[in-house]
Amino acid sequence: MYIWFHKLGSAPTFYKWSGLWLPWLGAICFILFAAGLYSGLVYAPADYQQGDSFRIIYMHVPAAWMSMFVYVVMAVSGAIGIIWHVKLAQIAMISSAPIGFSFTVLALVTGSIWGRPMWGTWWEWGDARLMSEALLLFLYIGVIGLSIAIEDKRKAAQAVAILSLVGLINIPIIHYSVVWLNTLHQGPTVSKFDTPSIDMRMFMPLLIMALAFKLFYVVVLLLRTRNELLWRERRSQWVKNIIQGTSND
Amino acid sequence: MTEFLRFLEMGGYAGYVWSAYGISAVVLIITLLLPLLENKYIRKRIDRMLEEEQD
Repeated sequence: MYIWFHKLGSAPTFYKWSGLWLPWLGAICFILFAAGLYSGLVYAPADYQQGDSFRIIYMHVPAAWMSMFVYVVMAVSGAIGIIWHVKLAQIAMISSAPIGFSFTVLALVTGSIWGRPMWGTWWEWGDARLMSEALLLFLYIGVIGLSIAIEDKRKAAQAVAILSLVGLINIPIIHYSVVWLNTLHQGPTVSKFDTPSIDMRMFMPLLIMALAFKLFYVVVLLLRTRNELLWRERRSQWVKNIIQGTSND
Repeated sequence: MTEFLRFLEMGGYAGYVWSAYGISAVVLIITLLLPLLENKYIRKRIDRMLEEEQD
């Protein structure tokens, strides 16, 4: 088990395996997006209160979930990276930040567009959910900025890991902000599985889109990690083989 | 045809729904394209580096 883990963690093996997996993951991701978009925009019935505007949920909620999920992955791999000096975990942490940033931007922008017809405002400064999600955006910007600003890769990984671990406290705040503080943002509709407050025909597209977003993260994370590995190990023989075409990975 | 137009209207919320989906598509495509372009750039740089070493 340990040997297997170690082997997968070695750069050339990881590069080779991820290269084999990527086309399949990309294809499945594409199919999920197509299915999710069709079922979300066409198959799901209009909401009895919100009409067709509720369809923004299929972009907004998966993006918001992923903005938090990616942050947790980033902080945890950062911790693994600095405690056990796992280089691949450090790279996964740095590579996650721009993807999480994109998801956070999406959650905020689609939420704003949805808020306009439903709440009558694009943005509400007093809303806890909105403010904690905006703080998440700045945490991502801070992480990306730090990783670019610090030249030494090892020191950068340490600084970024500490920042993301400190920022981790924001995640439960985002999650519970609609429960603890009764402000503008609506409460959870999906996590109450015992008494579902959502129609199955509306819920299935959401589930498919959530899977599509998760797979999208995996695909982009692998692409970014592979780039980082190539560059960091540019002096080694395996990279040389790939670049000069003597290896067909 | 009228059915398709009705679909595009989104029950009067066309502007909101389609702009949300449009912006999402653009952001996701950029997120995917950036590492793909970066890969080409990195390969070119390493290739040049290896050529210089041989000289």
